[in-house]
Amino acid sequence: MNCLSWKLCVTIMRLVILDNYDLASEWAAKYICNRIIQFKPGQDRYFTLGLPTGSTPLGCYKKLIEYHKNGDLSFKYVKTFNMDEYVGLPRNHPESYHSYMWNNFFKHIDIDPNNAHILDGNAADLQAECDAFEKKIKEAGGIDLFVGGIGPDGHIAFNEPGSSLVSRTRLKTLAMDTILANAKYFDGDLSKVPTMALTVGVGTVMDAREVMILITGAHKAFALYKAIEEGVNHMWTVSAFQQHPRTIFVCDEDATLELRVKTVKYFKGEH
Amino acid sequence: MRGGQGAVRAPVLQFTNCRILRGRALLWEDLWVRGGRILDPEKLFFEERRVADEQRDCGGCILAPGFIDVQINGGFGVDFSQATEGVGSGVALVARRILSHGVTSFCPTLVTSPPEVYHKVLPQIPVKSGGPHGAGVLGVHLEGPFISREKRGAHPEAHLRSFEANAFHDVLDTYGSLDNVRIVTLAPELGRSHEVIQALTARGICVSLGHSVADLQAAEEAVQSGATFITHLFNAMLPFHHRDPGIVGLLTSDRLPRGRHIFYGMIADGMHTNPAALRIAHRAHPQGLVLVTDAVPALGLGNGRHTLGQQEVEVDGLTAYVAGTQTLSGSIAPMDVCVRHFLQATGCSVESALEAASLHPAQLLGLEKRKGTLDFGADADFVVLDDSLHVRATYISGELVWQAEEARQ
Repeated sequence: MNCLSWKLCVTIMRLVILDNYDLASEWAAKYICNRIIQFKPGQDRYFTLGLPTGSTPLGCYKKLIEYHKNGDLSFKYVKTFNMDEYVGLPRNHPESYHSYMWNNFFKHIDIDPNNAHILDGNAADLQAECDAFEKKIKEAGGIDLFVGGIGPDGHIAFNEPGSSLVSRTRLKTLAMDTILANAKYFDGDLSKVPTMALTVGVGTVMDAREVMILITGAHKAFALYKAIEEGVNHMWTVSAFQQHPRTIFVCDEDATLELRVKTVKYFKGEH
Repeated sequence: MRGGQGAVRAPVLQFTNCRILRGRALLWEDLWVRGGRILDPEKLFFEERRVADEQRDCGGCILAPGFIDVQINGGFGVDFSQATEGVGSGVALVARRILSHGVTSFCPTLVTSPPEVYHKVLPQIPVKSGGPHGAGVLGVHLEGPFISREKRGAHPEAHLRSFEANAFHDVLDTYGSLDNVRIVTLAPELGRSHEVIQALTARGICVSLGHSVADLQAAEEAVQSGATFITHLFNAMLPFHHRDPGIVGLLTSDRLPRGRHIFYGMIADGMHTNPAALRIAHRAHPQGLVLVTDAVPALGLGNGRHTLGQQEVEVDGLTAYVAGTQTLSGSIAPMDVCVRHFLQATGCSVESALEAASLHPAQLLGLEKRKGTLDFGADADFVVLDDSLHVRATYISGELVWQAEEARQ
């Protein structure tokens, strides 16, 4: 990463393309690692990180864990805020996002449990839980870097097509596409798949000082095309980040398959 | 203290850099312990928002549930069947010494003895939790005297008995109190055995079939009456025959009560069972195999003559005989040796070998929620093993109770 070109790029959208999933994961992890270290977090100065779940960020989490185990990266002064959680799924269910974060990240690092925030999908008052989450983010001083993914239908977190681009953390009913896609994690039994979730809003993520979207795989290519080459619109909610001052899309080659050659060359030239 | 409110403030111990036996598989996972029990770290993180107070690096070792020996007659010179005043201290000595074999719970076993011995000895062997003082006592295993004359093996003929006359009352008269009894081995072909089996089972005592000439049908009826175990399969019973498999046939019987299967003890010391026979039993019914030592007082002692029950035995290397005969008189192979031999002889997975010495005996005794497992909430009784399954350290209730010399700093 060239320091000079980074400064010139600081207020535009970047598209970083790596050859494959592993390299994309490593690039993203290194970026997060460097941001935390450069920030110099300490007792009165926590780095706030927004985090995703799903299969895309797994490689990135593995790399972050590796950097931690090597002694290069500590999460002692990092606060995390996850994007979403299913409603009505027991916290210790193997498919809950609490379980995902514990098994794939938290149990391997040195984060203070009080600083790992995930929405509680079993709260008595779900909207109050969402409001409290927004408040916690505010009290933490806002999010320094929000890491996210993109659904095949262009959604970010559970902001399904049609979600308001200025939405805040709230309860959402899941789109049928999402439920069908999730069935494989619930023994293929549609009746077992949660139909509702608590999610940060598009507006919530847009408030972050910096956003990094991870997109890998050919099945995400169309969504990336819609997000980057078409206009900002609420049917493809990731498109909102065209208007964010500091966003990076980290992709592998397969995810760029639906982009114009011209677009790819443009961003590769920038890079 | 285990469980309860005090445990919440107890320190949290995290064993790292290890593979643990959980969910029938060996996983690279940390083992968390608090208040003598296995702790769920995810629950600790999200609900209590706490981390470990102490971490212990296990050097890549395997952490398995502590071994459970349901058939051991003594060891280190101690004979549980001897009617002495010092039986209590004898049990305590064995309990402490078997920690180095990875055994964290056991059933002291009494061979066929006269009623006076039972009346004197049984009250001196109460059920007891394990700890730094030694492995826990789960209850006594009474092997005899209601067994077959023909298949008595090393048991003294003079003290064999039947319960034909008064069934369960004969049993009570012989043993005295059953309070400390966990397992009774008997021969089901003896008259009125069904009443006795039902009465024992009703009191929560595990009934085992052994030292018997029963055919398969008699054995199946005994299981239908409540028997759940076979004492040292193949030894002291009719050999397998293709038209009447005898007790051995229980392993594949289709006439057992629904949802239940038979457990069977195997002495995998390389002596009592030919490896091919061990493999046949294991392949036929792997889920029921329970490794036992059937160790005699000569366990841990050198060559020479020693006392077992009312008889003398001769130890020669890895073998013990009834003095002056060629009849095997129990094994002197420690439990960890049995586990390693079982693994090597059957070619089974490490997980299977470990379960045969921990999970299966726990299931036999209905203790599988607390013992024989590293599931959350279970007692933190476990053994640290290297890749060749040699014991490096033993823990009871999360406390280190034994450690190999080279492991000590």
